[in-house]
Amino acid sequence: MPYMDPLYSAALRMTRNAADAEDLVQETYLRAYRGFGGFQEGTNLKAWLYKILTNTFINMYRAKKRRPHEVDFDDAEDFFLFRRLGGLEAAEAGKTPEVQVLEAMPESVVKEAIEALPEQFRVAVLLADVEGFSYKEIAEITGVPIGTVMSRLHRGRKQLQARLWDFAVERGLVPRPPQPEPDRSR
Amino acid sequence: MDCEQSIREVYLYLDGELTRYRRWQITRHLNRCPPCQQGFDFELELREVVATRCHDEVPDALKQRIAEAIGLVGGPLRPEPLRAVDGDPAADESER
Repeated sequence: MPYMDPLYSAALRMTRNAADAEDLVQETYLRAYRGFGGFQEGTNLKAWLYKILTNTFINMYRAKKRRPHEVDFDDAEDFFLFRRLGGLEAAEAGKTPEVQVLEAMPESVVKEAIEALPEQFRVAVLLADVEGFSYKEIAEITGVPIGTVMSRLHRGRKQLQARLWDFAVERGLVPRPPQPEPDRSR
Repeated sequence: MDCEQSIREVYLYLDGELTRYRRWQITRHLNRCPPCQQGFDFELELREVVATRCHDEVPDALKQRIAEAIGLVGGPLRPEPLRAVDGDPAADESER
C-alpha cells in the first residue's frame, strides 16, 4: 500500500500515541479504498491520502479535547534558534556551533517538540517540513486559504524553534543560559 | 533589499514560494551579507533535521490489520486511485 510509512509517521505526530495512530491510519486507508472524497484522476495521490488522514484526525480526535501539554507559546523572534545558538563556542573545527547542536538533536527531541505544538500549527509544519507539500497543497489538504497556511507555518516554525531550544537546554545539548541577575547592578 | 526584508521572507524563500525576481533579489542580498546567509543556511539545515528525524515504520501487525480490513470492505478496489500508483499489482489487474 502506498505511503503507509509516511502516513503512519504523520499520524503518530498528530495523535501522539501509537494506538490512536494505528486506528487513524487504518481508518484513512479504509476511507481511501471506499473512494471517500472522490479521488480524481490527475490529482496527486499522496495529497489526497493526506487530506483523508487530516480530515479523519480532526473528526476523530478533536472531539477528545485532551491536550494536556499543548500550550500556545508567544511568538519567538526571527531566527530565534540561530540567534540563541550563535553565542556558543565551536566545539569542532570546520562546522559552525549552531549546526553541530542541530546535528546532535536526537529523534526523540525533534518528535517531542513537534508533538507539543498546537494542533493547527503541528499539522501545517508536518505537511510542509516533513512531507514537503506546497502551500497550495496544504491549503487543499487542510481546507483553509493559503494565507492561513502561511501564517500557521510561520508561527508553528517559530514555536518549534523555541521548543527545540528549551529541550536542548533541558537535555544539556547546550550550556544552560546564565540567569539574569538584575539585583547586582542596582 | 535589506536584512530585515530578507529575513521577513526567509520561509517563502526556502519554501520556493517567491516569484523568480523576488528570489533573485534575496539571493543577491545573501551573497553580499554573510550573517543573513548563515541564518538562511541554518534554517535550511533545521528543516532537514526536522524532516529526517520524523520517520517511523509501520508495525507489521498494522499492515496486516489494514490488509484484512480492506478485504472486509469487499468489492473491487476502486480503480481511479490505484491507477496512479506505479507497480501496484492491484492496479494492473484492474486494467486487464
